[in-house]
Formats: sequence, structure tokens, C-alpha cells
Amino acid sequence: MVKLALKLKGVQYEYIEEDLQNKGPLLLESNPVHKKIPVLIHGRKPVAESVVILEYINETWPENPLLPNDPYERAQARFWAKFIEEKCGRAIWTAYGTQGEEKEKAIKDAEEGLKILEEGLKGKFFNGETIGFLDIVACGIAFWLPVLEEAADIKFFDPEKLPRLRCWTEEYTKVELVKEAFPPRDKLLPAFKAYRDQMFGPKDSST
Amino acid sequence: MGGEVVLLDFWASPFGMRARIALAEKGVKYEYREENLANKGELLLKSNPVYKKIPVLIHDGKSLSESLIIVQYIDEVWKNPPLLPEDAYERAVARFWADFADKKLYDSGTKIWKSKGEAQASAVKEFIENLKILEGALGDEPFFGGEKLGFVDVMVVPFVCWFHAYEVHGGFSVAAECPKIDAWAKRCMERESVSKALQDPEKILEFVGFLKKKYGVE
Repeated sequence: MVKLALKLKGVQYEYIEEDLQNKGPLLLESNPVHKKIPVLIHGRKPVAESVVILEYINETWPENPLLPNDPYERAQARFWAKFIEEKCGRAIWTAYGTQGEEKEKAIKDAEEGLKILEEGLKGKFFNGETIGFLDIVACGIAFWLPVLEEAADIKFFDPEKLPRLRCWTEEYTKVELVKEAFPPRDKLLPAFKAYRDQMFGPKDSST
Repeated sequence: MGGEVVLLDFWASPFGMRARIALAEKGVKYEYREENLANKGELLLKSNPVYKKIPVLIHDGKSLSESLIIVQYIDEVWKNPPLLPEDAYERAVARFWADFADKKLYDSGTKIWKSKGEAQASAVKEFIENLKILEGALGDEPFFGGEKLGFVDVMVVPFVCWFHAYEVHGGFSVAAECPKIDAWAKRCMERESVSKALQDPEKILEFVGFLKKKYGVE
């Protein structure tokens, strides 16, 4: 998400990969409260929490604004960003990380969330004709959702029922800067399959 | 700045109080409408169809929900006095702490009265830890906003009127655990925008008693 925002603004940056099983001192020092990635360090100043980072990037490099100028439209974009993270994102990750009843409930929640999101999508992208803040925040739907679906043997995204989101995913994943910012599926899928196997044992039909 | 302003709210909601404080700080005249959460009105359901929750701000017929987003909107439309700092980095820091308060304070506080025994003790520990982290962020400044009340103060101060209920149910004292937060709370209450928006802690305690019965936690 952050990489895409930086690329859209044309900002040069250094990428440091963190080993989440063995977090480095720079990460722990720059995000002592949550100890999580992403953290953006600008000059010597760290910024944490992905949406906070996006807003910071948007304000610090004002060319190619990611958020609308109008305060009401901006508030709407922020509202939907929160919805995507909390309602869709959380449910999707919960479904991936659980089994049985908890998984079933999370799948239903994710489907509901995606349906509401579908209705909110009016143009080619959430931002209209070009990618903006909300499209960046929704990246999980385009990149991680299909991987998690396969790794956890789930189907939340029925392209027949969600035609607008399907079109959005197709258009979004064609954009050059977007492709550059995200890891390819053939790297993500084995990693997420392995992680789920680690949690629950090799895939069996009871889940 | 013209246009009619209506706030759909619930008297005890710390999230609603955030909006009330922000509007008062900016000197915005608005109509306050109390919602019956057991029987939500049509306007609420229409203006917040996704979550059906208060607070909802309706400005010139356009509705907004989610208190963090509402307060940022208020700050952007009515520019004086500014709640968020000018500098982009300072703004990011303020947003980080507002997000922390959102994610950590309310949930850990709620767990205190909603649970019993070991779960409750664990909730109390978590709440105090979170409050201490915030206390660290406050440092030696009078407010999170520095010399004046700012965005983070507005986000956090409504929980102050809920502290008494948490303390009584959890068996601890905020003043003893986090004296700087206690001092900060008293300082905030000196501002009319805050003292008028926050509710009497005894009334909140009574309300929590009612909620405990409702959720079957005795």
C-alpha cells in the first residue's frame, strides 16, 4: 500500500524487508507501540499505521493528490478506507486464520462487506478515472484476497455477484505502477499456504 | 461557513462527545438530536446505512459518520482554531495517537465492566497499560496538542467521564496509576467546550449498571 503511494508520487525510497519472526532493532525503535510494519522513516522521523502513512505521504508530496480536495469527498474516502480495512480486511484475514464456525462467520462477514463495497464503487476506480487513496487501501482485495482464498480453500469473491469489483480488479492489476508495487502471486501463494499449514496442519477436507 | 448542521448523537457516547467538543471549539451552531439506540430513528438509519451508529453529522443535507472522520471534517471546514497541527509530520503523529485511542481505550475499558474475575483483572491491566502509553505520549506538555487543546485531546478526553465507571468496576484509580493523565483531564475540563460535552461520571456509572443488566453481566 505504502509502496504504491510512494510510486504514484514519484518519491525515491529505500525498501527494507523485515523478518516478522525476528523483528529488527530499527523496526522496534521506530514503532515501539505496535512493533508492526509498515513504518515509513522520512529523514529520521518514523510514521506508523498504513492509513496514517498514506495521509502523510499525500500531504508531504502534494503533486498527484491522492485524496479529493473537497472536505466532504475526502471524508467519504476516509470512511470507505476504514470500512475496507475493518469490515472487509479483518473478516478476510480472520477467515484465512481460523477454522470451523469462526471461519464460516468470517466468510459471511467478508461477503457482506464486499457486497456493500460493490455498491459504493461508481466509476472505473474508487477515485474515478485514475487511482486514488481508496484504490490504494483496497489493494488487498486485488492481491491478497485471491491468494488467501486459495490458501484457505474459501470463496468470498464471486465475480458473477460482484461485477463492478471484478472489473475494478482487472483494471487495477493492469496499471504498471500497481504491478511494480506488489509481490507476484507465485511468491505469495506458497508463503500463505505454508503459513496456514503451520497453523492447522496440511490441508484437509474438514475445514 | 453556511449550511445547516445537525448532530445525531447519544448522551453517553464518548464518540458523540468528540464531535460536540470539536463543534464547540469552532463555535459552530448546530442542532443536537438525541437518538434512542433501542429504537433508531429513520434519519439515522438513512444517513448511516452501513453502520447504523451515532454520531452522524449532517451538514447541508450531507451526512458523515465515524467520529474520527467527523472531527477531521469539522477541522477542515471550520478552520479556526485548528485542531490538527500545520506540520505534516506532527499531523501524522496526532493521527497515530488518535488511532491508538480508538483501537485501544474504548475496547479495553468496555472489557472491564463486561467481564468478571480473571478476565476482568486482565482487562484492567490492559487498560492501565494503554493509558500509561498515552501518558508517555503526553510527556510534560499541558495538552497532547502542546500549549492548547488539539486533535488528540478531543479524541481522548470524552473517555475521562467513563473513568469513574471503569475504576469502580475494575477496582483501580486512574489518579494513582497515571497522575499526569489525571492532571491533564482536570486541565481539559477547565475548557467550556469539554465540560459542557462530557457527562457527569455518576450518571455514566449508573448507565454502566444498566448496561451490565442488559448484557447479563452481574
